[in-house]
Amino acid sequence: MKSETRQEPLSTRMLRSDGAVSVLVVLLGFLVGTILVALVGRNPLNMYKAILQALSGFNIDNGKMNVRYIGETLNYSVPFILCGFSMAFAARAGLFNIGGEGQYIMGMTVATVIGLLGPSITGMHWILAIIGAMLIGAFWGGIVGILKAKYEVSEVVSTIMLNYVALYLSRIISLQLPGASTYRTGSFPETALLNNGFFKTITNNSMLNNGFFLMIIAVVVYWFIMEKTNLGFGLRATGFNKEAARCSGIPVVRSIAISMAIAGAFAGLAGGIVALGSFNYGRILSGMDNYGFNGIAVALVGNNTAIGTMLAGFLFGLLKNSQALMQGKQIPKEITFIIQGLIVVFIALRSAIAIYFAWRNKRQLQKEVLAK
Amino acid sequence: MSTLIGMIPSILMIVSPILITAVGGMICEKSGVVNIALEGLMGVGAFAAAAAHVLMEAAGVGLPSIWISLGIGALIGATFSLIHAFAAINLNADQTISGTGINLLADGVTIFAAQILFSADRTKEFRMGMQTDGLGVYPTAYIALVVVLLAWFVLYKIPFGMHLRACGEHPHAADSVGINVRRIRYIAVLTSGLLAGLAGGCIVLTQTIQYTSNTINGRGFIALAAVSFGRWRPIGVTFAAFLFGTAQAFAIIANNFPALRVLPTEVFNILPYVVTLVALVVFSGKNYAPRANGKPYIKGAS
Repeated sequence: MKSETRQEPLSTRMLRSDGAVSVLVVLLGFLVGTILVALVGRNPLNMYKAILQALSGFNIDNGKMNVRYIGETLNYSVPFILCGFSMAFAARAGLFNIGGEGQYIMGMTVATVIGLLGPSITGMHWILAIIGAMLIGAFWGGIVGILKAKYEVSEVVSTIMLNYVALYLSRIISLQLPGASTYRTGSFPETALLNNGFFKTITNNSMLNNGFFLMIIAVVVYWFIMEKTNLGFGLRATGFNKEAARCSGIPVVRSIAISMAIAGAFAGLAGGIVALGSFNYGRILSGMDNYGFNGIAVALVGNNTAIGTMLAGFLFGLLKNSQALMQGKQIPKEITFIIQGLIVVFIALRSAIAIYFAWRNKRQLQKEVLAK
Repeated sequence: MSTLIGMIPSILMIVSPILITAVGGMICEKSGVVNIALEGLMGVGAFAAAAAHVLMEAAGVGLPSIWISLGIGALIGATFSLIHAFAAINLNADQTISGTGINLLADGVTIFAAQILFSADRTKEFRMGMQTDGLGVYPTAYIALVVVLLAWFVLYKIPFGMHLRACGEHPHAADSVGINVRRIRYIAVLTSGLLAGLAGGCIVLTQTIQYTSNTINGRGFIALAAVSFGRWRPIGVTFAAFLFGTAQAFAIIANNFPALRVLPTEVFNILPYVVTLVALVVFSGKNYAPRANGKPYIKGAS
């Protein structure tokens, strides 16, 4: 097998590698985005200047450096990565979790409730709030798993429904909280916040907070469950072939419910971190934050692996942080949404590669037959 | 009672676009292609209609402007749905992924275009939207009625409809009797794009004065729910659209009813989604969905 692959040209090997295809898809997304910017008469270079500044803190126009941008990029990446894991974890078990958004919103809501009403004890308050966020996320995802496993309700439909249930439920709950106005509740006590003084000092007062550590832990946990435990093996087996998994004694129904619950916990964690890390008051949502939806893209780009999803999440965080900078340089910030959307569309079109290989094999066979 | 009757025009205004979109979604799924991009397709249609109307108003086109704009919205919706058709039908792509991609793309493309055309994150306000008739009903209600009747007629009364349904139930069998599965699925997907775009135009020209990122606000997903809840049949989908649309209308006008004022308006917003979930559980086991729904058709493989 190995000697065979070595003979294949580089382009073929690249098309066979998931990671290389992901890079290609991202580049293609940027390419089309760049062309679009140029077509509407704006300078694409400004887009890349903004991205460079969000990545490195270096402003190429005046040569000034501000490390705060690096901190913000990392901070924006955290919910993308965690929502990516929410999608990825379910995908490994063969489920399409569009419900990251709802799980994220529920996590955010419960973290807000505990942040405002929980016991103001240093070192314990925010931990409680984060645990609460993860539990409600797990519950919100678990419902989907049970509906799927027991009643055969398509997870695509049920997660979309639950996203909106979550949004309006969150409004109902948040509007009852102390100090609630049309867009915010009262301020959180200091004990509920994820602030990290050290991060603040080294990143020139960015919003980067302890949520970053929680994200790193999540990456390790995700990797460990998937690659090193029986649970992860069962989930992946279920994802590959449900019937085969059932026959080898893997409890498929339980696998589905558990995988959706764990997926939900990741998104719930993202909600908790954004609630207590990036704001010092509870938010009353008027629409979706879209971290959950973009998590789908993040996981797709990252091929559902721990490292890939993390890298894709950084890319999305980078794009989000460069939005304001782009707007300042006459580039409509929505170009980042377009690039993200294009990336997902191109991933869907990736199935063309399989068709291409099938076509090429067929032609090769025809040649061999004709040569005889 | 009189307030209830007075509500009918507003309910029709809200139901119509949901119904139009849901009928498109139903046709699409009947042919075997799931289209979760309805939300995004409504968005591009709504944006195109609003932008065209603003620009034509400024150019002094006058009365026909509204109808031309609706047509443009529908065409742009259909054009955008080509992406989904190509991915799902030609490339056997995962239909959920390509639908998600289109939804994300639509968010970006509409506001990006608004920034270029109007230098703001929304279209300019138009001066005059669609006008109601003598009964206070918007023409969109009649459009919706025509769309439903036409869809029922085409799906159940002429051979083409039977072919379309065959493609969604058993594409291999359909292919073996000489039905061009790809062509029919293309027509179905483009129709759903056309209708979603039209519905987007209907929303923007009756319910608001400009397109913003909040104009559609989940109504494409409500239409998707209406397809499932209505069990993929025109009469069922119509009923579902009315139920969900009325719930949405109540969220807006509940303030007129002292008895309802005690409830948060969000309760009515939640209703369509919860009802759909409950219905899916209650009716589970019996599968009403087209059997080949969402599965790519690969010739020769079975």
